Amino acid sequence: MKIDRRCFLSLGIGGAAGIALSPLPWKLADDSAIWTQMWPWTPVPADGEVTYVKSACTLCPGGCGISVRKVGNRAVKIEGIEGHPVNDGGICPLGLSGLQLLYGPTRVKSPLKRTGERGEGKWEKISWEEAITEVSKKLGDLRGKGESDSVACISGSDKGTVPALFKRFMSVFGSPNFMRMPSIQDSYEIANNVSMGFIAQSGFDLEKADFVLSFGSGLIEGWGSPVRMIRANSSWRKAGVKVVQVEPRLSNTAAKSDKWIPVNPGTEYALALGLAHVIIRESLYRKDFVQAGALGFIRFRDLILSSYSPESVEKITGVKKETIESLAADFAKSERPIAICGRGQGKAQSSLGELLAVQALNALAGNIGREGGVFAVNDPAYIAWPAYQADETAAAGIKKERIDGAGSVKYGFAKSLTNRFAGAVNSGAPVSLLFVLESNPLYSLPDTKAVKDAFKKIPFIVSFSSFMDDTALNSDIILPNHVYLERYEDVPATAGLSKPVVSLARPVVSPQFNTKHAGDVIILIAKEMGSPVADAFPWDDYQACLEGTAGDKWKILNEEGFSSDPAFTAQVVNTFPGKFDISGGIPDFTILFASVSHEGDPKAYPLFLMPYDSFRIASGYIGDPPFVIKTVEDTVLKGKDILVEINPATAKANGLSAGSYATLKTPKGSARVKINLFEGIMPGLVAMPRGLGHTAYDNYLAGKGINVNELIGTVEDPASGLDAAWGIRANLIKA
Amino acid sequence: MKEEQNHEKAKRFGMVIDLDKCTGCGACMVACMSENNVPFKEDESKKLDSITWLRVYKLTNGKPFPDAEICYLPRPCQHCGGKGDHGHSPCVSVCPATATDYSNDTGIVSQIYTRCFGCRYCMAACPYHARYFNWWDPVWPDGMEKYLSPNVSVRMRGIVEKCSFCFHRYQIAMEKAHYEGRGELEENEYQTACTQACPANAITFGDLNNPGHAVHELKKDKNAFRLLERLQTNTKVYYISSREWVRRAGDNYLEKEKK
Ligand code: SF4
Ligand code: SF4
Ligand code: SF4
Repeated sequence: MKIDRRCFLSLGIGGAAGIALSPLPWKLADDSAIWTQMWPWTPVPADGEVTYVKSACTLCPGGCGISVRKVGNRAVKIEGIEGHPVNDGGICPLGLSGLQLLYGPTRVKSPLKRTGERGEGKWEKISWEEAITEVSKKLGDLRGKGESDSVACISGSDKGTVPALFKRFMSVFGSPNFMRMPSIQDSYEIANNVSMGFIAQSGFDLEKADFVLSFGSGLIEGWGSPVRMIRANSSWRKAGVKVVQVEPRLSNTAAKSDKWIPVNPGTEYALALGLAHVIIRESLYRKDFVQAGALGFIRFRDLILSSYSPESVEKITGVKKETIESLAADFAKSERPIAICGRGQGKAQSSLGELLAVQALNALAGNIGREGGVFAVNDPAYIAWPAYQADETAAAGIKKERIDGAGSVKYGFAKSLTNRFAGAVNSGAPVSLLFVLESNPLYSLPDTKAVKDAFKKIPFIVSFSSFMDDTALNSDIILPNHVYLERYEDVPATAGLSKPVVSLARPVVSPQFNTKHAGDVIILIAKEMGSPVADAFPWDDYQACLEGTAGDKWKILNEEGFSSDPAFTAQVVNTFPGKFDISGGIPDFTILFASVSHEGDPKAYPLFLMPYDSFRIASGYIGDPPFVIKTVEDTVLKGKDILVEINPATAKANGLSAGSYATLKTPKGSARVKINLFEGIMPGLVAMPRGLGHTAYDNYLAGKGINVNELIGTVEDPASGLDAAWGIRANLIKA
Repeated sequence: MKEEQNHEKAKRFGMVIDLDKCTGCGACMVACMSENNVPFKEDESKKLDSITWLRVYKLTNGKPFPDAEICYLPRPCQHCGGKGDHGHSPCVSVCPATATDYSNDTGIVSQIYTRCFGCRYCMAACPYHARYFNWWDPVWPDGMEKYLSPNVSVRMRGIVEKCSFCFHRYQIAMEKAHYEGRGELEENEYQTACTQACPANAITFGDLNNPGHAVHELKKDKNAFRLLERLQTNTKVYYISSREWVRRAGDNYLEKEKK
């Protein structure tokens, strides 16, 4: 065919993904640019010997093995380790950008003490001795007053030796309040506790599954161990494994799946129950596995058969009853099907009802504890330190009820419910001192205003952050940790893995600033406090503790960079048929499977705001480094404006058009947003990405977009205390 | 004009990108930036001046809810061989400074920064928008220039840059091979940074001429296509998609035009 004009590549069918293709802007600026080639400053990167250091990424719970290329004493590139059991050479955008964090402007360069108002950014540099003395003294005073339980610690993780040292410190000091940031892990732990009688995580043997049914999990968008999941997805494509994605928005996972089933927001649990109905009615389940004769199962069966027929589930979920029938049959008739939940990256919890409904599908298929199925995985077994002597204060302190209520009579199944922390503090639970370790709770917890209020009530906040993140900025003293590329640390990768792996992060470069390993700092604080706290920390320093803990595995960790020896990494619990009680010993099903009421009056807020996760926007402890924010599409972030996704029908009904501004209102707050029209989202929904709207960090990230946590709240699941909020009611008003 | 070379062992390095596997995660984009000292600035949301040698585009099928579909398409420089594969790449043909050149040995379209004087004819000529202009001098926040790699020179204001298929990796691998007395590289000795990083293993790189390399077979997949094939740019980046609408999107057909 003849082409008489220059042809442009227009990668956008129907104009949906339009790229500005005109050379005009280039032409216009032609004159100004053509003769301006000046070379005032040419960085010529110094050459040197090239070496590679094997280490582990700690930027998310994924636990990937990394190999860092060095030139002389500079680290120049991060790559994945080929053959590593988690990521086998692959790596994610965040992991690739680690050097921008190491050498970046957001580092806290020495211990800092606040001089101005909180959040004002006025600091005084202090020495490590001063910093440690100051914190120890505060702690000592509280302990002396018998208020040891008013000390709390929020940690990004509870796995590995560093969180274990903090936990140990809290216990021997006399506080039960070691908390980890909320995630779907909390929900899995409670569900396993309820149905099997012990707290464990769930690990998924996804590589061997032959049918994957995901209730909104962002399987290829950062759920679990992100690179491992993408690798699994590629293997499913090759093997023709069927993937079904249930969620109201066409996420990348939905786009890649074989079948996308949009459901009404927050009704995933009902769809799972509808599928269970069909499986039980058609007798397609493993009777031995679910204790078919037991009272629990009979109660569950009766409820499901009477209340969750495909007809009634169609009404709740909007999914056609024929689809429910055929999906149930496909699932139950597959050899190794897996049902999985935890929305998006699994950064938010889900209700116990949803968890039990989804786990019930796994149990009905008899695939718990079986190859290609779901495993109960205990915490890594290698941290076994000698018991310490608790004095009276400690013994009394740890017996007190936790601030978040976990383990109390009401929330007896739970280990950590940090979602309840802000609410508890705001209603009077005393917290006098807070440690913040490898997490950014002020930014990442939902209902920012409530969290800020709670933080205001805490007289002394100690941040261990390597970066001037939102929480560090609002703390009283910062004891900056080395970043992972400067320190030794065990990195247990447990997120959703059926065979956990422990890797070793090790110093790639020497510490760039006056920072200290958080493991060393907590040991020093303990020693400063004297007996009995100090006695629980017999190690000279963190390195001695780490090497001693690893024992005979230290050599392997050091040489190979990882160990996947099951005796060392985690205990996989054998779940025998008949051990799974679907009813979970919960006396009243009605609270379990009641649909969660969404916050807000439907008249004032006719729409629904849902947060979504994107691989290109880090939303955990770490915010997007410059390279990663650069990959964010201009349909998500334009200048400082955040774009929300709505269906063109929603836009029409609200008088909005592509690119127009609107005020997004929820019962929690309001924000100015720009509109992006997306055919892949259910009408009536407004989708906003997590991870933007930071008030701290550098100019590449700070002030861009809105933190969705400012607009959403928490809704407590009465059965468990978990946060069951799926999103929040909202309204969009043309600006 | 290019010399017509009939080199027996001439290579044609190229890629096959499996769009069924690509998740749009963006790791390839970042791997490229990190490998090649690509600069960044405070606001990168004006995509026209945002330097991304490799850019992952989001395609949609244009159908309404719930029939909408998405597909991601990573676009490095396509290393066009031009009509008859003689090196008449659109960009090479227009460069007055011979700052961009076609190598008959490797099939790689190079960019020689010291020759480029910023006329940007090549940018106007490239149908794939693979070229980017440095409107500003690159600035790294204090200390961050420590991670810059000595293998790739840092570019200044006023010049054009683009994907080089990580040519420095080829040079390093060849040096090593020569040192060891070998004239040829193994397939895995020369791989681009994006190929190496991709968590999905969606990108395969190698010598399209070499039957021993995976790309040789992959490019013959029944679902393989290239972008704007009818321009006869003879690109060396192949794509695979099992979806018809994606394959059609690779050529900008008019609304009602039949393929
Ligand atoms: S997936 Fe997580 S652990 Fe792996 S490279 Fe990315 S941030 Fe690091
Ligand atoms: S790294 Fe791989 S999966 Fe991710 S966007 Fe690039 S090609 Fe696609
Ligand atoms: S894609 Fe553009 S820059 Fe690359 S060879 Fe073709 S015309 Fe030149």
